[in-house]
Amino acid sequence: MLKFPIYLDNHATTPLDPRVLETMMPYFGEHFGNAASRNHSFGWVAEEAVERARKQLASLIGATSKEIVFTSGATESNNLAIKGVAEMYAQKGNHIITAATEHKAVLDTCKRLEKHGCQVTYLPVRTDGLVDLDQLRDAITDKTILVSIMYGNNEIGTVQDIPAIGKLCHEKGVLLHTDATQAVGKIPVNVIQDNIDLLSASAHKMYGPKGVGMLYVRRKSPRVQLTAQMDGGGHERGMRSGTLNVPGIAGLGKAAELCQELMPHEMAEHARMRDHLKDKLMAELDETYVNGTMERRLPHNLNISFAYVEGESLLMGINDIAVSSGSACTSATLEPSYVLKALGAGDDLAHSSIRFGIGRFTTGEEIDYTAGKVIEVVKKLRELSPLYEMVKEGVDLTKVEWAAH
Amino acid sequence: MAYSDKVLDHYNHPRNVGSLDKKDPSVGTGLVGAPECGDVMKLQIKVNPETGVIEDARFKTFGCGSAIASSSLATEMLKGRTVDEALQIKNTEIVNELSLPPVKIHCSVLAEDAIKAAITDYKAKTLDAAPASAQSA
Repeated sequence: MLKFPIYLDNHATTPLDPRVLETMMPYFGEHFGNAASRNHSFGWVAEEAVERARKQLASLIGATSKEIVFTSGATESNNLAIKGVAEMYAQKGNHIITAATEHKAVLDTCKRLEKHGCQVTYLPVRTDGLVDLDQLRDAITDKTILVSIMYGNNEIGTVQDIPAIGKLCHEKGVLLHTDATQAVGKIPVNVIQDNIDLLSASAHKMYGPKGVGMLYVRRKSPRVQLTAQMDGGGHERGMRSGTLNVPGIAGLGKAAELCQELMPHEMAEHARMRDHLKDKLMAELDETYVNGTMERRLPHNLNISFAYVEGESLLMGINDIAVSSGSACTSATLEPSYVLKALGAGDDLAHSSIRFGIGRFTTGEEIDYTAGKVIEVVKKLRELSPLYEMVKEGVDLTKVEWAAH
Repeated sequence: MAYSDKVLDHYNHPRNVGSLDKKDPSVGTGLVGAPECGDVMKLQIKVNPETGVIEDARFKTFGCGSAIASSSLATEMLKGRTVDEALQIKNTEIVNELSLPPVKIHCSVLAEDAIKAAITDYKAKTLDAAPASAQSA
């Protein structure tokens, strides 16, 4: 039985796994203690939960417990990593390298640092969405202190070659931070094999609660130091003050454990559903383009442009399915997706894009329904589309003198 | 964003979708907007040359639901009006009728532009045709 609306926006957030909720509940109730209370059992029970979560997370990403710093989420982790390194290593240099397709939590953090005297290089990406390693190598100078490149992209799901990027950074004596919010728990991520020095992740993207995240901070070869960005009680080895969100952290730990256990199955299953969806859409609809490479991609991501159909009008027609569009009309800024623009796809294809995000609770039946519905609505909207009509008449749309407004 | 019932109605049941023969001298065609801006409207009118009354209007729109609704409504407003009456149509009438939020006002502006472009095209055609018809008379 299909239940509506269907949720296929798992890059925005994921539903809380009931097993995670169950793990969290006692820490809202009888185990309310402050994890920093060292002299009574209330504190010890809370601390035990926090340390268990630290182990679970460390196990998921190949780190040690002491390298996990709890935060309020990946936005805070990204801010802490980038600003913390910029401030701590200011004597060494002031140059940071990132990419045009990063999340705003990285890009806007870098923009702020530019106002405070940092130099930032925003690398372009290739049309497949990947960073060019040679361009990265050329961008590194003796003033470079940090490279921040995301693991898996939140819009187009492309997976950067982080092991190679990390190797390059280490050869050059530069730290690598990766925003791995979309990748951790979904694909194998290992901070040692991938040469990562700092890694951001969030609980609510992996079936955990909102409002809690983590920053991995490498402790040896090299030992990474950060300047704390909040003053207070000196929690989390002085890197992040503030009483720990014990229920949230317990949930994050359990979410990490479940992801680790289910990953082999989920990767295969989500990729199968994703490919099925893609094949059905592309078999039935002409002029349909996948954004970003299929070769290196998160298994649960599909981002497709349906040419000559505007994204928001498509969302309106499939209103019993929750997805996102790169169309300007669906964003607060009235600009189409900067990620798709960075691929050089052209604004018109950015306006026509839909992001599908498959999750733990997605069923094959939901995918079949979605494919059918999208095909029906795209066909209907193309009947309404002057652009589709013109193309069918043989008009080259790039040669038309449009009155841009 | 929540859509008004009237926008949803026009989106789900667009009025007067289609195309008229561009080459017909009694047909005026307006094509406004740009694909990279996310909306393009094609609006056509068919005018009775004797009375100057718009007898048919058709549209096709690439754009959000509000853009589709604005152009669908515009075709309804055009039918039965004279060309000169049609020139008086203001985007604010479309905004009020569809209860468009501020962020969607540009959709109504585009519809007004499309009406004006179609009329301009029609008038240009009749001017071109006038000497020819005078000769034949």
